[in-house]
Amino acid sequence: MTVTHTRADFQTDQEVRWCPGCGDYTILASVQNFLASLNRPREQFVFVSGIGCSSRFPYYMNTYGIHSIHGRAPAVATGIALTRPDLSVWVITGDGDALSIGGNHLIHAMRRNVNLKILLFNNQIYGLTKGQYSPTSEPGKRTKSSPHGSIDHPFNPISLALGAEATFVARTLDMDREHTTEILQAAYEHEGTAFIEIYQNCNVFNDKAFIQLTGKEERVHNRINLEAGKPITFGPNGEKAVVLEGGEAKIVDTAAVDPGRILVHDPTRSDPTVAFALSRLSHGPYGPTPLGIFRKVRRPTYESLLDHQVATAIAKQGPGDLATLIRSHGTWTVDANGHAVEAGANGAPKAGSNGAG
Amino acid sequence: MADNATTPSPSVGPDDQPSARVQTLDRVVIRFAGDSGDGMQVAGARFTAASATFGNDLATLPSFPAEIRAPAGTLPGVSSFQVQIADFDILTAGDAPDCLVAMNPAALKKNLPDLKPGGTVIVNTEAFDERNLAKAGYETNPLEDGSLQSYRLIQVPMESLTKEAVKDTGVSGRDVLRSKNFFALGLLAWLFNRPTEPTIEWCEQKFKNKPEVAAANIAAFKAGYNFGITTDATRVTFEVKPATLPPGTYTNVTGNIALAWGLIAAAQAADLPLFYGTYPITPASDILHELSRHRNFGVKTFQAEDEIAAIGSTIGAAFAGNLAVTGSSGPGIALKSEAISLAFMTELPLVVVNVQRAGPSTGMPTKPEQSDLLFSLYGRHGESPVPVLAIASPSDAFDAAIEAARIALKYMTPVILLSDNHIANGSEPWRLPDVDELPDISVPFATVPNSEKGFLPYLRDFETFSRPWAIPGTPGLEHRIGGLEKEANTGNVSYDPDNHQLMTDSRAWKVATIANDIPPVEVDQAGDEPGDLLILGWGSTFGAIKAAVRRARNAGHAVDHAHLRYLNPFPANLGEVLRRYERILIPELNSGHLLRLVRAEFLIPAIGLNKIAGEPFRIAEIEARIDEILGEPAQVAARR
Repeated sequence: MTVTHTRADFQTDQEVRWCPGCGDYTILASVQNFLASLNRPREQFVFVSGIGCSSRFPYYMNTYGIHSIHGRAPAVATGIALTRPDLSVWVITGDGDALSIGGNHLIHAMRRNVNLKILLFNNQIYGLTKGQYSPTSEPGKRTKSSPHGSIDHPFNPISLALGAEATFVARTLDMDREHTTEILQAAYEHEGTAFIEIYQNCNVFNDKAFIQLTGKEERVHNRINLEAGKPITFGPNGEKAVVLEGGEAKIVDTAAVDPGRILVHDPTRSDPTVAFALSRLSHGPYGPTPLGIFRKVRRPTYESLLDHQVATAIAKQGPGDLATLIRSHGTWTVDANGHAVEAGANGAPKAGSNGAG
Repeated sequence: MADNATTPSPSVGPDDQPSARVQTLDRVVIRFAGDSGDGMQVAGARFTAASATFGNDLATLPSFPAEIRAPAGTLPGVSSFQVQIADFDILTAGDAPDCLVAMNPAALKKNLPDLKPGGTVIVNTEAFDERNLAKAGYETNPLEDGSLQSYRLIQVPMESLTKEAVKDTGVSGRDVLRSKNFFALGLLAWLFNRPTEPTIEWCEQKFKNKPEVAAANIAAFKAGYNFGITTDATRVTFEVKPATLPPGTYTNVTGNIALAWGLIAAAQAADLPLFYGTYPITPASDILHELSRHRNFGVKTFQAEDEIAAIGSTIGAAFAGNLAVTGSSGPGIALKSEAISLAFMTELPLVVVNVQRAGPSTGMPTKPEQSDLLFSLYGRHGESPVPVLAIASPSDAFDAAIEAARIALKYMTPVILLSDNHIANGSEPWRLPDVDELPDISVPFATVPNSEKGFLPYLRDFETFSRPWAIPGTPGLEHRIGGLEKEANTGNVSYDPDNHQLMTDSRAWKVATIANDIPPVEVDQAGDEPGDLLILGWGSTFGAIKAAVRRARNAGHAVDHAHLRYLNPFPANLGEVLRRYERILIPELNSGHLLRLVRAEFLIPAIGLNKIAGEPFRIAEIEARIDEILGEPAQVAARR
């Protein structure tokens, strides 16, 4: 079924309560516009979030939605996706929600390849709790909870997702709506978990964290756009290039290398090694940083495998019959006089299982 | 028929009878004990199966170490399986065995103290070597030092006899001695006049892909049986006649299996797909194992990455329109606590199964306890009352699962269903229900807006106080739910003080009114008038309490029994029932949880009988407490 939508169809009557100037507004607009462009009935979308500023997102989407508990959105979304493959299920999360308290659920959703679109709003700070360092804050960062500077080594979310063997891994920027939309489109079309890290500016607690990638002067020097099938070069005139050297990705002067040595981006490589090498080019938005799709490979989704098992079992055994099931461990019959008259099928009680938890 | 019927121990009667003689017993308790690797659970289960098809009533109690294979020959490695068979409707697996099979010194040492005075001990003599005796902590060989003189000792060189029996079957190496449990089983089949066909047929079917193993087990089984025929020591045998039970078709079922089947039945009764999100934990894992086998029922099981993900996925599945169930044991339920509050706040239907085990912390994972009752009622942050139901026996799990689902769906609430290790792994005969007569517990999804303002996800039903269940994919009913407090009717986020009071009261009221939708508590009353003592129980203590009450009545006491399925809310008539009694005894496998609830709710000075030993009550323990409260009855002499 197709319908015609505008962004307004995906807006709710709830007042959006992010701080004025928050990057979340831009992302919300990008997502609403993108969904409107799909001409798909809005009741088929479910947005699931955890806790944090970004996790208020579902309240502003006129779709089905659950604002769940801290870190658990991928688990809740998994329950929806496994039982309702007809729906388009989106997870909205942040760096604290997904990478700290919810790290376990994030990696397991990705390794299973559940058909979820996970948007991780990375602002490198805890916003809702008013300014503590997060698992992506840079070392030495001074915050309310790290007055002497953070001594936590930060996660590189792209490296983490690739390590968990996510089948779709991408990074984009809140400010760049065109790029965001491109990535959303590719993620939507991808069958399986799509992990998108979105650099999102928190103008209250961590303003200009991404200035190297968004500033008019800076961005042209620091954005490494990953485009499938193209040699990876960047800079105002493409004067920088990425090459592989000893298994590592390195930035070199384009003029200084044989053009044949410049790495041609291929997100469809089944082995994640090269994608991982690209993810190591930056450890945060502090200098040249790749944006775009790092990895996009095919692997059956968890729910398709589960549905296949159900279909196969029904084909082989026929649809389940409860009366047969409760007789499957052997039966006997007691007659009107109260005496056992006939033993049924062989077999009977199963011993209890062993093992500790 | 009464549980205090005279029960001669199999040791009664001289061993030197000139010819085989059969002595009839009304019941007998047998315990198989050996190393975890000795196959005692299998032997016990087969003995049980043969007795079930023979028509005895029965109850079983397996006991095994938490370690998969504790060091061989040691006391911690001992695994046992106790079964009581009877010609009447028994209620427990028995307090003390009449007959003990001990496959090694450790098994003897650990289990002998439980054996009835004068009981029968069957030992595998070849395991009583110096090394095994030392491992069990015996300084002298009990088979030789006279310490077993007061028992009827049957010594059998089981290993060499098994080796001899299986030599032409094709098994070799370690497989040879694996059949010795079937030798022991064969000997018991002779000794207790059990039918042999069910065991032989079972071996043929179970090992049809390993014919040599089937042949070896059958050969060992027959050899054990024939050993019984030809040995003087087993000249006297025993029989337990079939029980007189209500007519019907029966199967023998464990609590975990009955619970799994009950969930499948509940899904059919609700006309919903079943989703079971869980994480492996003893003793709940068998529910997952059983459900995961039945994909052809459309059952989707999900082994999550942890307990929180297990319930998280279940909440998602509930939102998406499934009969959504999660299961665990105490430690896992603790991890789920925050998510149960979310399900409570979002008012989604969920069944949370807690197969209780001895705690706290890791505790004793394979031992039963009822110590999660207060945790079930109060172990959440905020004002979050949820319905709590308890299963009374293995077969009761089937109906209890359907009832838990009914309440969850009708009232849009998480429901905690309590089982325990005793129910989960114990078994009993179950008269099969007519599955066409299952109650209709279906709840229609919302399909159209319920107000002029559009769809109001928290507009409550006038009667049940429940909110509508609108599932994704339904056009026009798009809505958001979450853990933040919601405005009445609209479900929009609200921090309004009056609204929070209203919503808190509404949620509590919704759960409290379930009291009007559950059966009143029934009293099993001895006479026309309330007796001198009411015993109030819940959960797996059912059998032991019932049996103790029978004995007490036979001894002349006026003792009544009520057993609670519903722990929250209580049945509407509970207070009125309790006030009929001057004395109320509440036996629990905890420090007095129901006792506290009853005292707090009804201001009644009930007294407790509390045991936290990781094992079920013995009938005699409850009986003794009754005597303590009511005084030794005059008939006591006649009884014993």
